[in-house]
Amino acid sequence: MKHYVFQRFWQSIVVLLGITLIVFIIVRLTGDPTHLMLSPETPEEDVAIFRHIMGFDRPLYIQYLKYMEGVLQGDFGRSIRHGEPALNLVLRRLPATIELTMVALTIALVFAIPMGIFSAVKPNSTMDHIGMTIIMWGQSMPTFWSGLMLILLFTVTLNLLPAYGRSGLTSLIMPAVSIGFFSMARIARITRSNMISVLGKDYIRTAKAKGLTDHRVVIRHAFKNASLPIITLVGIELGRLLGGAVITETIFAWPGVGRLAIQAIYNRDFPVVQAVVFTLATIFLLINLIVDILYTYLDPRVRYT
Amino acid sequence: MPISRYKKVFHSLWKNKRALIGCFILLSVVMGAIGAAFISPYDPLKQDLTLRLKPPGWRQGNNIYWLGTDYLGRDVASRIIYGTRITLLVSIFALFIGAILGITVGLVSGYFGGKIDTMFMRLADIQLSFPFILLVIAIIAVLGPSTTNLILVLGITGWVIYARIVRSEVLSLREREFITAAKALGCSDFKIIFSHLLPNVGATCIVIATLEIARIILFESGLSFLGLGVQPPTPTWGSMLAEGRAYLFTSWWLATFPGIALMLTVLGINVVGDWLRDFFV
Repeated sequence: MKHYVFQRFWQSIVVLLGITLIVFIIVRLTGDPTHLMLSPETPEEDVAIFRHIMGFDRPLYIQYLKYMEGVLQGDFGRSIRHGEPALNLVLRRLPATIELTMVALTIALVFAIPMGIFSAVKPNSTMDHIGMTIIMWGQSMPTFWSGLMLILLFTVTLNLLPAYGRSGLTSLIMPAVSIGFFSMARIARITRSNMISVLGKDYIRTAKAKGLTDHRVVIRHAFKNASLPIITLVGIELGRLLGGAVITETIFAWPGVGRLAIQAIYNRDFPVVQAVVFTLATIFLLINLIVDILYTYLDPRVRYT
Repeated sequence: MPISRYKKVFHSLWKNKRALIGCFILLSVVMGAIGAAFISPYDPLKQDLTLRLKPPGWRQGNNIYWLGTDYLGRDVASRIIYGTRITLLVSIFALFIGAILGITVGLVSGYFGGKIDTMFMRLADIQLSFPFILLVIAIIAVLGPSTTNLILVLGITGWVIYARIVRSEVLSLREREFITAAKALGCSDFKIIFSHLLPNVGATCIVIATLEIARIILFESGLSFLGLGVQPPTPTWGSMLAEGRAYLFTSWWLATFPGIALMLTVLGINVVGDWLRDFFV
């Protein structure tokens, strides 16, 4: 067990190093990134000074070493736009994104799991068909469109909820529902198909034959066994939500990390872009690591030696 | 008389009404794309500032604008019809690029194993750990937004799922007798991979492709929404939604109809994809 954890931990470190390398390469894809970060009208002397300060005039491997030195100390450089250290900017916006993500995921789980279980227990019933239809629509609706439609309904027409900014619970509802709906559809789908396959197994038949109540069979025996892939999916969804809230945050002007990233990209503020990508990737890897380790606790059959 | 393969497909499709509707939707999209010049009532690029922001059903003389007009007086319905072209163009090309890359990597990785395999799977892990949308946005921000860059980026970053799934199938296939027999007969590795292994992973790849094309379409529209995808004045549903967002409080139709078109298309793909999965499995 310990060996497995150790192995996964090192794997994650390797992947993280790879990510920092990719970010480094992307910024330099078109050669010297100076022209990307400065406006075309900047006089030549200023361009040269900027290039020297940022270190872009040095050989590539020296740039990489300096960059990695900074990464290891949490120094991604200063935001070109705001002047403050890039990582600080990211960490300040992180709580907003985490809040949005957790609420969205909670909404998704609260609806998805019962829907999935119910559909599986009574397949092809009316409830199942309704559930499947909702899932189908949910998976096909782009989150930015559902966000806009929610604003149209609740802000423009009914004037009930605020469309922009982060100002308490009412402003959280629409963005969370908007991204949560998509996740809900995916989780419900997996729950349903896993539950259907588990409910067909022999040990469930045994449990029913033993005379256990339906409730006990479904929750204690079936769901527990079906839940493992669901947990993996929830982990993946969490990672996807953290990175993918970009568009939703833009629509609702939610002051999170995703919106910071988009603004940074528009403003050519690459230190901030690097900091955002690194932070989100680290969180994502951490979540995956936790899910994998959790898996070995929950399923004794999974033991990597 | 044995039932032909096509009849089997048709029968299965007929039984599944949902998939039938999905097929109908997709056929409409394809027809719309091919016959856009004939079907669409007006020129999607023609601006008329006297007709700005007219609601759906607006009549002007003999002309009727079924879905209204946008902020430059362009007919929304025509733009939606022409939008099918970009949607299909970008998604099909990106799909092919991703599939060809991914399937090749999966075949080679699974068949040869060893260091090549480890290297590719590590690369896959790295790419999957990257918040995908940020990766795509960052690359396009550096390379500059254009339809070609969009197709390339969406395509090249789409290899992972094919590679992983094909690889795991190849891992089990390569132990089978027919592969051993082929090797014994002196078949070259290249021939084994492309003549024997590839046809057997074909069905799985089609299923993956249906999942992927829906994802690519959603991403294309998302990126166009952010202004990093297809550039104006080419009509694409994503950028129409972005334009509609600015007028959400006054002209609801601008953001509603392109979104419906997008949703129906993705719905059609998902439904047909489900049917294909059930058909092959």
